[in-house]
Amino acid sequence: MNPNAYFRQFFTRNGTALGTFLLLSVGFWMFIMILLPQAFMIDFSFRHNLPPAEIGGPQDTYTTEHYEFMVYGSAAAEGEFNTVDLGVFVRTLIAAFFVTLFDLAICYPIAYYLAHSASGGWARLMVLSLIVPFWVNEILRAFAFRIMFGSAGVINGFLMWLGVIDQPYDFIRENVALYAGLGYAFILLMIFPLYNAIESLDRNQIEAARDMGASWIRIHRRIVIPFAKPGISSGCTMVFMLSAGALAAPQILGGPSSLWFTQIIYQWFQTGNNWNRGSAYALILLASTIVFVLVMMKVFKVKLGEIAR
Amino acid sequence: MSADVELENVWIRFGDFVAAREVNITIEGGSFFSFLGPSGCGKTTLLRAVSGFLEPSEGRVKIGGQDMAGIGPNKRPTALIFQNLALFPLMTVWENIAFALEVKGVGKTERRKRAEELLDLIALPGQGDKMVHELSGGQKQRVAIARALAAEPQVLLLDEPLSALDLKLRQHMRTELRAIQQRVGITFIYITHDQGEALTMSDNVAVMSEGVIEQVTDGTSLYDHPETPFVASFVGENNLFRGRVTEADAQFTVVDTNVGPIRARTSTKASLSKGDSAFVFVRPESLKFTNGASADNTIKATVHTEEFEGQFWQVFLDVPGGDKRIKMSLVNDGRQLGHAPGAQVDLSFPAELAVALPEGPLAAE
Repeated sequence: MNPNAYFRQFFTRNGTALGTFLLLSVGFWMFIMILLPQAFMIDFSFRHNLPPAEIGGPQDTYTTEHYEFMVYGSAAAEGEFNTVDLGVFVRTLIAAFFVTLFDLAICYPIAYYLAHSASGGWARLMVLSLIVPFWVNEILRAFAFRIMFGSAGVINGFLMWLGVIDQPYDFIRENVALYAGLGYAFILLMIFPLYNAIESLDRNQIEAARDMGASWIRIHRRIVIPFAKPGISSGCTMVFMLSAGALAAPQILGGPSSLWFTQIIYQWFQTGNNWNRGSAYALILLASTIVFVLVMMKVFKVKLGEIAR
Repeated sequence: MSADVELENVWIRFGDFVAAREVNITIEGGSFFSFLGPSGCGKTTLLRAVSGFLEPSEGRVKIGGQDMAGIGPNKRPTALIFQNLALFPLMTVWENIAFALEVKGVGKTERRKRAEELLDLIALPGQGDKMVHELSGGQKQRVAIARALAAEPQVLLLDEPLSALDLKLRQHMRTELRAIQQRVGITFIYITHDQGEALTMSDNVAVMSEGVIEQVTDGTSLYDHPETPFVASFVGENNLFRGRVTEADAQFTVVDTNVGPIRARTSTKASLSKGDSAFVFVRPESLKFTNGASADNTIKATVHTEEFEGQFWQVFLDVPGGDKRIKMSLVNDGRQLGHAPGAQVDLSFPAELAVALPEGPLAAE
């Protein structure tokens, strides 16, 4: 269908007023909210960090220095590579990957239970108790975790009372608090896609497999998980992207000696006053997480369309 | 291999609701047995108790003489075919069929070979690589049967598996199911609300109503010798006359009804004595227009309508004091009936073709 005919049909179907509104709002969303900021970021990342007076002047040319800096570091520094930033980058991706796995491991049984075992009132109560904590502000929740995992916090208190440890364990320094906080922050984004996928599975299929002698593990491996794969991918993608890009939780819960990659980006923008380098770093993170997700989808044979279902 | 299935004094309760009440049935190994009843009568619940998805509240389920208490569905020698078939949509046809073998840890080549054999058995050779959604309704049906047979069960349980098919295919599948049962020789337990399915396929039928087994017998006895008013009114069509017993012996019972005294066969099971309230059932095809010869029973009726159905004439008649119109079916032997509505006629029927039963609950229309 040619674009003209398509638009004519679009307007006859929706009416002039509604059609215009739809086009304008979707256009606003696409261009002003998404494409334009990203375009600025890309443009920024390829320019020198110049004082305001020189911007637009003869010095203002395109460069890849910020990307090179991320890989090789400054010319003055020792060593061939920028080990600090690269190390943080890789650690962040690996940590985000494990946070995602951890969330999947916790949420799959919960989602399965909600979808196929819990009965009406009890299921609603469970969903409510999953949602209510998220009415509390993210920063407050992070601080609550900090207090909980602190040396005088309930967790250390409880472990010492049990006699598992005899002096407080430094959960903050060891990043346990951070991983727990990140894992908890995105738990709903894992549970709901999983729940939606599992819930639509015909219960009879589970019973049929059981009737044929299948163990619970096999039922999940052969029937439930393949069926829920789109939900699993969708949940994992969201949790991975958001944990890799999280800032508040690492700021508050991160150990003093370790950085999250977003904190480096934040430093370039705020304290480093180098928006250009910050943009380059942010784009590297964005591109890498997208590539990583696409590779994972290829490995597990998931199509993009299935995730959007 | 086939096994007997015995239900001994089985009760199944859900809270206050009794889904099965004092069920005692022995199903002979290698036979085709049906549970027939209206929806909600407890037949699916009984099937679930045999398959192991449900433990009876009381009583025992035995398969091949072995008590099944505490043995889960995955450990019982039964295979269940679900009403919606529950084929696995993400597996190919052959993987579906071989799933039970996969569970047992049989190697892939052997699984594939066995699946092909079963595909031959259900007359779908070479269709193993298709996906389930590429099959037609009847083919899916047969794949579900093959999948259940792959587990080599001693008892195959079928929960109204034909109900989703259209009439023609359903009739075809009846013949096919019966043929497959005879070929593999295992016990089939079939759940249905369709009496046509139950009567055509089964060696024996149990009629169920509200959790109670009303009667267990073969198809012809069920039709010709109902033992309860429920069975008489549920299986086939029947005309009902209500009244009071005036005479009763082992052979015949005389019931005084609104159309006068009717002499009817005494049911083998029921004990009626003088003065009891009783029901007399007469099949539409047992009624005839009086031809002058003497008959056991003659009743007066008024013709309401005559419907021509090709093979049959259906005649609807009113009787004095009757709460329902009665029906008569006559084979079309080439004669025009030609009764005007309102015509007074005499109907007759032999005592052997009427049955007297104690008053009791009837099947819902």
